[in-house]
Amino acid sequence: MSVVAVKGETVVAVLVIVAIVVLLGIVLAAMYNSLVRRRNQVDNSWSQIDVQLKRRHDLIPNLVEAVKDYMAYEQETLSRVTEARAAAVAAGGRGPEAQARAEGALTETLRSLFAVAENYPELKANQNVMSLQEELTATENKISFARQFYNDSVLTYNNKIQTVPTNVIAGLFNFTRREFFETQTEAEREPVKVDLR
Amino acid sequence: MALGMYEQIARNKRASWVLMSTVVLLLLALGFTIGLAYWGSVEGGLGFLGLFGVVAIVWSLISYYAGAGMALAVSGAREVDHGTEPQLWNVVEEMSIAAGLPMPRVYVIESEAPNAFATGRDPAHAAVAVTRGLLQKLNREQLQGVIGHELSHVRNYDIRFATLVGIMVGMIALIADFFLRSTFWGFGGRRRSGGGGGIQAIFFVVALALAILAPLSARLVQFAISRKREYLADASAVQLTRNPSGLADALQKIAADPTPLRRANRATAHLYISNPVRKLRERANLFDTHPPIADRIRILRAMAYETPTQEDLAAL
Repeated sequence: MSVVAVKGETVVAVLVIVAIVVLLGIVLAAMYNSLVRRRNQVDNSWSQIDVQLKRRHDLIPNLVEAVKDYMAYEQETLSRVTEARAAAVAAGGRGPEAQARAEGALTETLRSLFAVAENYPELKANQNVMSLQEELTATENKISFARQFYNDSVLTYNNKIQTVPTNVIAGLFNFTRREFFETQTEAEREPVKVDLR
Repeated sequence: MALGMYEQIARNKRASWVLMSTVVLLLLALGFTIGLAYWGSVEGGLGFLGLFGVVAIVWSLISYYAGAGMALAVSGAREVDHGTEPQLWNVVEEMSIAAGLPMPRVYVIESEAPNAFATGRDPAHAAVAVTRGLLQKLNREQLQGVIGHELSHVRNYDIRFATLVGIMVGMIALIADFFLRSTFWGFGGRRRSGGGGGIQAIFFVVALALAILAPLSARLVQFAISRKREYLADASAVQLTRNPSGLADALQKIAADPTPLRRANRATAHLYISNPVRKLRERANLFDTHPPIADRIRILRAMAYETPTQEDLAAL
């Protein structure tokens, strides 16, 4: 009788241990999977920014072509846009930080182009220029919304790999932190100097 | 009471789940008491629930899969693309990028009344429809707010949520109706064969009361859920655009517009951004699918001034 009882207890103990191990395995796998999903979302939202940046690079030559006859006296502004575009294209693939800086500079030259364009009423009457301007506005917005989504994704992902308990899995399988996409240029980041003299 | 967008989102999500549980409890209470009243046992009630569950689920699955196409057809919507409506298309694409959703199909309804709705059972099958009047009367920023609201319905799975609530409210109505009719026509004969006696008679009275009250209260809870989901979509839209003023200005313009939307009816009213059927009523009503527009504007304005998040996050 007693042998049977001991055997019964052993079986129960083994079953309990097996159940705990299986449960632990399931939990760990779920954590690993959620980390992979988050990382894929970061990569995917990065490629979404890339798509929109390329689209902007493609639109700019058309815009310059469309406005250059009207803006013969603004050669400097136009060539600054063209140069900034070339620099932004060249910065592609050099990582979020370098790319963000070049794109930020391009945004600024575009802004000054649109500001100057305000002085040319016949430009605003041109249907072609109007629709190019809508496309560029939309592309600017898409870039900033893609950036917003990318940064949100990076934030959730970075939080996950740095907090308990997922940080253990992240350490084991080499999940590394990702950079935010910040557009501020060095000049924008500096505090404003106020001269009261 | 000025809450930021994240608090608004969390609060409305909590509230809709509490309301959802209320409907489930109502359904269970009704099923069990009727089961006890008829058969004097819980098993009977369970069987009863199961039978009507199957009917309600099949019925709702049909509307779930065919509903989007039907809503678009009934409203007279016409599909557009980037070539025909560049600005609308761009704004929808901007918002779907911000929400991390696939690009939905885009429709225009040729009506002067400014309004919009979203439909589709999940993000992959979503469609957004706006009226011609909305495109004419709103500027780009305001249009963005409205589209952000509509895509938030998609992202929050509101169609699925509403279907789920609808299944249960429908089941409650069916069960109550069946019970009342069978009692009226003297079908309750089986009741006496159970031999439960006095206790069963009490359950019978309780079941009768529940059968009369449950459908009405379930319907009221359904409307309350619908209103919570509207607040939730407003707050989520702000999370996408980071610009509460755009949506607030849009709602203000929509509310001020007197043009009625002819192609909308009671069945499709709950889909729209602003209730197209009953308009310009000041007092909040228990039977409303939408919260009072003034209240929605007030909450959005508060978000514009009270949250630092707009600058914090948009500046990234």
